[in-house]
Amino acid sequence: MTSVLYDVPGPKARRRSLIASLLTGLGLAGALAWVIVTLAGQGLFEYERWDIFQDPLVWAELGRALVVTLQVAATASVLAVLLGSVFAVLRLSATSAVRVPVTVVIEFLRGMPVLLMMFFILILFATSQYWAVVLGLALYNGAIIGEALRSGIVALPRGQREAGLALGLTPLAARLLIEFPQAFRAMTPIIVAQLVVLLKDSSLGYIVGLEELVRRQRTLGEFFGFSQYGFSFFVITLGVFLVVNLTLSWLARRLASRSPGGRGTRRAARAAIGENADTTAIGVEAAPRKGGAPRG
Amino acid sequence: MQFLFESGDVLLAGFLATLRMLALTVLFALPLGIVLAGMRISPVPSLRWVATGFTELLRNTPLTLVFFLLVFVIPRLGPIIPFPVSAIIALTLYTAPFYAEAIRSGVNSVPVGQAEAARSVGLTFSQTAAHVIIPQAVRSVVPPLINVTIALTKNTSVAGGFFVFELFASSKRLANNYANETIAIFLVVAACYLLVTIPLGRFADRLEKKVAVLR
Repeated sequence: MTSVLYDVPGPKARRRSLIASLLTGLGLAGALAWVIVTLAGQGLFEYERWDIFQDPLVWAELGRALVVTLQVAATASVLAVLLGSVFAVLRLSATSAVRVPVTVVIEFLRGMPVLLMMFFILILFATSQYWAVVLGLALYNGAIIGEALRSGIVALPRGQREAGLALGLTPLAARLLIEFPQAFRAMTPIIVAQLVVLLKDSSLGYIVGLEELVRRQRTLGEFFGFSQYGFSFFVITLGVFLVVNLTLSWLARRLASRSPGGRGTRRAARAAIGENADTTAIGVEAAPRKGGAPRG
Repeated sequence: MQFLFESGDVLLAGFLATLRMLALTVLFALPLGIVLAGMRISPVPSLRWVATGFTELLRNTPLTLVFFLLVFVIPRLGPIIPFPVSAIIALTLYTAPFYAEAIRSGVNSVPVGQAEAARSVGLTFSQTAAHVIIPQAVRSVVPPLINVTIALTKNTSVAGGFFVFELFASSKRLANNYANETIAIFLVVAACYLLVTIPLGRFADRLEKKVAVLR
């Protein structure tokens, strides 16, 4: 396939490419062998480092912590999508008394670390760690999803709204009944991608003291002896996160390929939530921009 | 606002530590990202696979876990790394794939016809890259790069949870010492972060609009 940088390779280029491939393969194999030998030298593959994983109780503990992680993420996701919808509609309000404060709030929420929000929710409202994490994630991601939905609405053809108004709908009804559903459907892949980010960020609960997966594996590792089992628990936890996140990313990609929304709409949204480069993972590539992203 | 007069220096030190961490991470992550992007768009399949694997691995790992690896797991295996250094390594490893993705999609956004035209007039690979593709790619690459940097600014706060002194850690310390001024502390610290993220975001916006007009 021709790409921007190179043509279809001819026989010479193919040979060079093969040589380069072999060299990388050798280098990679060497690096991998070095890592394995080093780790084995530390005795990390010995039986007594992994024997506790025969105990179903250890797995049950990890499973319970995974449930906490998923529960936090699920609750926060629902709240974030609801909040994002409200933000999007309010920020497009014709009344500046509504629009301006909402814009300020969104910019405020988007611009600071989620961790800071979680920590101060925890001490200001004296909530449990669970709700601090859920609310922090919901507020932050709500602002980001709101921006995506807003640019989805802005990117719709103007005739949609005008037709609604011509039929006698009030401006708010036209927004909610005509524009919002279309924008939401077009933005679904972006929203799902953001929810994958949300799930990853739920592990920040570790720092706030929530007993989610990362903290529980540490507690367990220390309980059984960190110098002996710390590495094993880390590897298992990493595996769990990879399986869950890759499954979700795959789901997001599938949604993206089935979504009815046009490329233009989604490109606009990608620009709106640009700081989350994850959206490229779901196959929303930056296409040559002709019209430019409407950013209101 | 008592805390500002009594402990303003703690806050300032934290802010400067955050800025330093940000600058150092960009310094290491951007070149690594460029290398990764180069591997991902190279014609050599094995290089592409390696870069894709690395990107997917790190993008699906929570940053907390990357920090956990560098702060708790690796020191047990031998090398003792000072916490600020491991924080920068963790942030670099986590951010580089995001930079790489931004660069890659920017290069891919240059229409293929541009390169084909350049090649058909007889430009060599390096001429095509230097005079035709890169000047066009840079325009669409810079805004996403800034956006990744904004995300990085916010991510530096995670280091505060792993024994590194920076803005978030200093806010925790202040919140402990001035329990009745928590709201003010929160607003001041948030303002410090916004001081970095909002101007960067505005800059990216402006640039993006300009690019849209140029096309």
